[in-house]
Amino acid sequence: MKLTKDQVKKVARLANLPLTSDEEDLPEGEAGKYSEQLSRVLEYIDQLNQVDTTGVEPTFNVSGESNIMREDTTVASLSQEEALSNAPQKKEGMFVTKGVFEE
Amino acid sequence: MTGKRTMNNYEPVIGLEVHVELNTKSKMFCRCSADYFGKEPNTHTCPVCLGLPGALPYINQSAIEDCIKIGLALNCSVSPISRFERKNYFYPDLSKGYQISQYRWPLCINGQLTLDNGQVIRINRVHQEEDTGKLFHQEGQTLIDFNRSGVPLVEIVTEPDFRDVEAVRDYAKKLQQLFRYLGVSNADMERGDMRLEANVSVRKVKSQKSKVKNTSQNLKVEEELPPYRVELKNINSFRFMVAAIEYEIKRQIEALEKGEKLSQETRGWNGDKKCTYVQRSKEEAHDYRYFPEPDLPELRIEESRVKSLESSMPELPWSKNKRFEEEFKLSTAQAKILTETEELADYFEGLVELGGKEGIDAVKIANYVINQKIGAGTSVEEVLGKIKAKGEGVIGDERELEKLAQEAISENEKAVADYKSGKEAALQVLIGGVMRLSKGKADTSKLKPILEKLLKVVT
Ligand SMILES: [Zn+2]
Repeated sequence: MKLTKDQVKKVARLANLPLTSDEEDLPEGEAGKYSEQLSRVLEYIDQLNQVDTTGVEPTFNVSGESNIMREDTTVASLSQEEALSNAPQKKEGMFVTKGVFEE
Repeated sequence: MTGKRTMNNYEPVIGLEVHVELNTKSKMFCRCSADYFGKEPNTHTCPVCLGLPGALPYINQSAIEDCIKIGLALNCSVSPISRFERKNYFYPDLSKGYQISQYRWPLCINGQLTLDNGQVIRINRVHQEEDTGKLFHQEGQTLIDFNRSGVPLVEIVTEPDFRDVEAVRDYAKKLQQLFRYLGVSNADMERGDMRLEANVSVRKVKSQKSKVKNTSQNLKVEEELPPYRVELKNINSFRFMVAAIEYEIKRQIEALEKGEKLSQETRGWNGDKKCTYVQRSKEEAHDYRYFPEPDLPELRIEESRVKSLESSMPELPWSKNKRFEEEFKLSTAQAKILTETEELADYFEGLVELGGKEGIDAVKIANYVINQKIGAGTSVEEVLGKIKAKGEGVIGDERELEKLAQEAISENEKAVADYKSGKEAALQVLIGGVMRLSKGKADTSKLKPILEKLLKVVT
């Protein structure tokens, strides 16, 4: 199954992936890097779809368990330093990211 | 007001989504403390609520029970099988790239709540999810505090049944009251414990004739929903929500009258300019690609568990309201005030029980508590004593009052002189004198004419 350019754009937007201008500007019908990769994933899923699953219940969880719950008690959390230790950028005890629009 | 005439035969169609943060000790899927408000940023996190690779969620049983209680209170059925799903979207408030929520298998479905105006609002679902981190926008950067990430959140979604703003306000207030009665949340709007989102659209009302006829076809036409809806979001008070909805209704009617086409969008409220404005939403695409959360086994809620949860619930505010009316012969308004909080309702019942033994009527107690704004916690004996003194000890006998008034007049020569020289206000001094002499028991309503009569003969 081949993805259209619009489909690739939509998937990229949902996944917050920037498309290179090559990918954006390709004429319809010509596949860019992403559309090729994505199409291959879909082809793989297509193979799975060939298996006859009539009468088979969907698997939501492989454990076969239910009602695995815990009591409402707390344990110590990470310290602020530990929590932020992998952050590429931090400020005032917080993670810093590229500004996102709000309001 | 948005009276029927100014609405130009349009009616609003409004649905409400209410989010409430539960006050459990720990978060929804990890054991970090959920008591995050006002704490140092990023001091209440762990690999689970930071969304670090390999971390696995573990369901908080208390949160599930609270969610079911809310559902039961809203007359929902509890789903025998319930599942969590991943709601996927990319925004920095969400560390995992998805929020664990419920979609196809919510814990509670198909409820309803009756409003003061008698209208029944259908509840589509009551489901469990987790809160997101908090963002701070600063000089082109966004700072993230994940203390709130993973705090249990319950979402309550109505059908688009509201036709006026007052009903929206009543519904939201009732939910807030319910959360507090159940003790599942402080439901403080300003702190963000409780958040409202309204979906607002308007449509032309069908002619009265077709309304009356009500054939199945007409009914269908009537119930057709408008082809768009505007989501009002990020509004943190009842007052602003009401203002925003009223503004939206007006804006939309005006636009439709001008022949404009209204579009699906998210709007916020500008409190300064008193208007709504378009917001770019983080869920712009509305394509969440929900799928079952593979890390969490399903929930099977047995009937016996539902029963035991139900029996652990307190009397609900609306039931209490009704019982107060019937049992204590209170007016609806009185019962509503006295059941505002469970604390006040319990306090009132304590007064009635003790007062009953001394022959003090419940209505008398209700009047006193409401008029004097007596708060729960005031000594019961003291309040009953005052009500008794008020009822039994009032001096209404004119001869007795005249005696007291005469005494007050001879004690207050200055006030008498002032009165004689035309200072009407001096009469208050004399009334005060009588009250003091009678230890507060004189019937003030009769005092004024008596004093005036006596003062005429004083020279
Ligand atoms: Zn945590």
